[in-house]
Amino acid sequence: MTDIRYVAPQTLDEAVSAFAAAQGSARILAGGTDLLVQMRAGIVRPGLIVDIKKITEMTEIAETAEGGFRIGAAVSGTTLAEHGSFGKAWPGVLEAINLIGSKQVQGRASPGGNLCNGSPAGDSVPAMIAAGAVVTVQGPNGRRSMPVEAVPAGPHRTSLAPGEILVSFTLPPRPAGSSDAYLRMIPRTEMDIAVVGLGANLTLQGGVVTAARIGLGAVAPTVLLVEEAGKALIGSRLDDAALEAAAAACRAACKPINDKRGTIAYRTKVAGVLLKRTVAIAAARAGGN
Amino acid sequence: MNVVTDKLQVEDNKWIGTRTIRPDGADKVTGRASYAADNAMPGMIWGKVLRSPHAHARIRSIDTSKAEALPGVKAVVTAKDIVDFPIETSVMLGIQDMRWMCRNVMAREKALFHGHPIAAVAAINEEVAAAACALIVVDYEVLPHVIEIEDAIKPDAPILHDFAKFEGKPSNIAGTMTAKLGDVEAGFAEADIVVERTFRTRPIHQGYIEPQACTVSYSADGRATIWSSSQGQFMVRAMTSLLTGVPQSNIRAIPAEIGGGFGAKTIIYLEPVALLLSKKSGRPVKMVMTRDEVMRATGPTSGSFSTVKIGAKKDGTFVAAKGDFYIQAGCLPGGPLRGPVGCAFAPYDIPHVLSVGYDVVSNRSKVAAYRAPGAPLGAYAAECVIDEIAETLGMDPLEIRLKNTARSGTKAAYGATFTKVTFEETIESIQTHEHYKAPLDKNPRPGVKRGRGVASGFWYNAGGESSAQVNITEDGNVVVTTGHPDVGGSRASIANVAAELLGVDHGRVSVLIGDTASIGYSNLTGGSRVTFASAMVVTQSAEKVIGQLKERAAKIWKIDPEAVHWENGEARPAGPNAGQFPPLTLADLAARASETGGPIGAGVQLNTAGAEPGFATHVVDVEVDVDLGIIRVLRYTAAQDVGRALHPSYVEGQIQGGVVQGIGWALSEEYLYDSQGRLENAGFLDYRMPVCSDVPMIEAVMLEIPNPKHPQGVRGVGEAPIVPPLAAISNAVHDALGTRFYSLPMSPPKVLERLDQA
Repeated sequence: MTDIRYVAPQTLDEAVSAFAAAQGSARILAGGTDLLVQMRAGIVRPGLIVDIKKITEMTEIAETAEGGFRIGAAVSGTTLAEHGSFGKAWPGVLEAINLIGSKQVQGRASPGGNLCNGSPAGDSVPAMIAAGAVVTVQGPNGRRSMPVEAVPAGPHRTSLAPGEILVSFTLPPRPAGSSDAYLRMIPRTEMDIAVVGLGANLTLQGGVVTAARIGLGAVAPTVLLVEEAGKALIGSRLDDAALEAAAAACRAACKPINDKRGTIAYRTKVAGVLLKRTVAIAAARAGGN
Repeated sequence: MNVVTDKLQVEDNKWIGTRTIRPDGADKVTGRASYAADNAMPGMIWGKVLRSPHAHARIRSIDTSKAEALPGVKAVVTAKDIVDFPIETSVMLGIQDMRWMCRNVMAREKALFHGHPIAAVAAINEEVAAAACALIVVDYEVLPHVIEIEDAIKPDAPILHDFAKFEGKPSNIAGTMTAKLGDVEAGFAEADIVVERTFRTRPIHQGYIEPQACTVSYSADGRATIWSSSQGQFMVRAMTSLLTGVPQSNIRAIPAEIGGGFGAKTIIYLEPVALLLSKKSGRPVKMVMTRDEVMRATGPTSGSFSTVKIGAKKDGTFVAAKGDFYIQAGCLPGGPLRGPVGCAFAPYDIPHVLSVGYDVVSNRSKVAAYRAPGAPLGAYAAECVIDEIAETLGMDPLEIRLKNTARSGTKAAYGATFTKVTFEETIESIQTHEHYKAPLDKNPRPGVKRGRGVASGFWYNAGGESSAQVNITEDGNVVVTTGHPDVGGSRASIANVAAELLGVDHGRVSVLIGDTASIGYSNLTGGSRVTFASAMVVTQSAEKVIGQLKERAAKIWKIDPEAVHWENGEARPAGPNAGQFPPLTLADLAARASETGGPIGAGVQLNTAGAEPGFATHVVDVEVDVDLGIIRVLRYTAAQDVGRALHPSYVEGQIQGGVVQGIGWALSEEYLYDSQGRLENAGFLDYRMPVCSDVPMIEAVMLEIPNPKHPQGVRGVGEAPIVPPLAAISNAVHDALGTRFYSLPMSPPKVLERLDQA
């Protein structure tokens, strides 16, 4: 019936030209843990599959000159877990990516795929937003970069232009006293999808929060950066009042729906609960750094 | 853990009661086992089903011409090709009415649920078959639909079937069942305390891993071969025969390994359709359901809406019990009323009982059996009310159960008078268990509460028709064939029995499952009957074989067969008077079989009886995250009278599996429909069965109290363990939170909403 073409280019330029030439009928294949499932379910029927795993830049983890990390969009969660220092700097990002699916899925699933799938419930996205990660994208008109939170445009939609491919995530260098954490609420203990997911990234100096970013997932059409929650924490010693203010900011940011996974009331309340719990974990980790 | 209360037949056993390697194990762990979807044939084509996009619609016409014209399409089938069973006349196969089965495998007058089969296509591959399905033009008159029980029984509800009448009026209540004992109103008048509560549960899928699949080859001579996995190859043959008109003698049903059934594979969906497609196309036809089709259009078991009222004296003595159980049948009649109506109060000696079940149809897929069909629904309501009575009276919840247990001679409302009741033993086993005595810190840390709950359960168990053949091979080994698909380790149990009786090493016994042409009729693998019934027929077959072996030895020794003993796999002279001969082994006798009378082997076919009912008592500790509303099971202990554990690993497996399914039922599993009557969670991501990390190790306490009516003392074990968990967990949650939930599942949003109200 409908033929599907498959290409696995060695360079990004080849990938971009093949992807752009297909004019919307192509899909990018990284781990395939969303794409293949969607194809089997008949949700997408691509005419062309562009496998990006043969492109070095998309599959490597590099330490930047500034002391941060650049992660190729197709790096798997398992590869990140096996990296010598990434998990020490970004335990929250790492735990978020490796909450996706099962062990088998984690061997394939990538943060780039998780972001581009555009699900409001993608686990790695709130953690990446909290981390202040910046993505590099390349398209027919060249390269550009933008913050992670600018990528999701709505459920299963992104702000990537036609023909653009997500290349990598750049995470900033870590000042002393920094760490992050990610928690999600799921009815089961694993193999599930977030009803609410929250990433917290903190820097503490002498017990005082000097930087804080909160990413919040599954409570709105896109994953959110909750700037008010971060602001509520900055300058505090994470006292109850600051935590409650940050929790309230998270609840206020929620624009959830009632669906098969949770109610509006439930998701809103849980966003505040997860803020407090996630910040406590990130702070404990930051204290050790 | 197992507690053996009767040493009879136990200490001398070499194989029975041991944890031998299961005969089907190696093939399963190496991926070599052949399941239903693994079969392929030369010339085989693929069948696909077109399903209704509406929850309720009259089918005005079906035009298949465009589909038939599509290149690659070999056959199209609609309800016109399935044998029609008119509404006026019931035709039963076991508990299944063919009037409903013919309309379930292919919609006839109306599409009754979203996903109801409308037509099927066979084509050269799945893609062409799917494309052809899309070319079938169906003219639907869309009708109002109804999903939930409470909506379906309203006076102005859309009526599914004109022929269904209740109290003289068209109704979605398609039937009722009553169990009655004494005078329930008089009983309540004697009560010092009466508790009446209403409970709701959601439909639950059986959740087997293997989707339904089959290959059917219909030959030019009118004979058909079916490869499929089911809980009964003879059921497959008979039901396919009824629905296609092909006589049973012309159908051979070959059972594949089965990847889980839990009751749901006691009926068929694909086999008659594939047979008709094969007949029309002249090619073998394979059909495999997707997970989406499995969730949408097979099973599940019923949701329920029940009211239970129990009256007791101040000392805790139950005087009366009343139950009204509205049970979902799905789109066609036949919900498992017998489960709640008969089982809810059966463990107790209550003089006045009135238990009524209502069979409620609505626009959902027709329910299929699920492990102790319906019994968990009744026990959930009854055991929660009993907990509330115990709490009100200040009694220990096990003590109140002990005070009211059915005993030998107790008459149950469903009709039986019990001969030997072992319910008391299960309660005492939990009472004295370290788990029940261990202190529980109910407030271990801020935001966390813990609680403990108990509940009991009853299941009928069953005997029924079984066949076995035990053959001695020419090289002196043993092949046992039964007619039962093995869903829970029955081959392993049978291998233990055969090795024990024949006195040979377990490794010399092969246990096979025969197809419908190679073994005598055997009823379904279901009702917790297979180990009970097949051990009985295998025992009698083995005894006949031993008789033959003694005769052969007697012939060789030229002595009387009565003077030969069979011991440790050898024929020996019975005593000094019989003569002095060196023993003849099984291999010796097999080698000389031709000269002593021919092949050695025997078969037995029986309608087995004597399956005593199963009783279980469970205790569970739960922990509630009060900020997220998540309930986790911390510890679970299940005590059950198992009769005799022929193979303890698979008895434990049954108990553990039943409990885990009960945990899912109580906490996370439910069918969710949208406003159009479409199932929203037709997959394992959003249909939340527990995963391994959700449950603790379930401790199975096997009480081995031999069933006197069985040669090894076997009692069915597979179903009783799913009966108590719903109430046990609900009661534990009440102990933790001080508030009772009267509906399942106790999902996080529901729990948090309740806590916020408090």
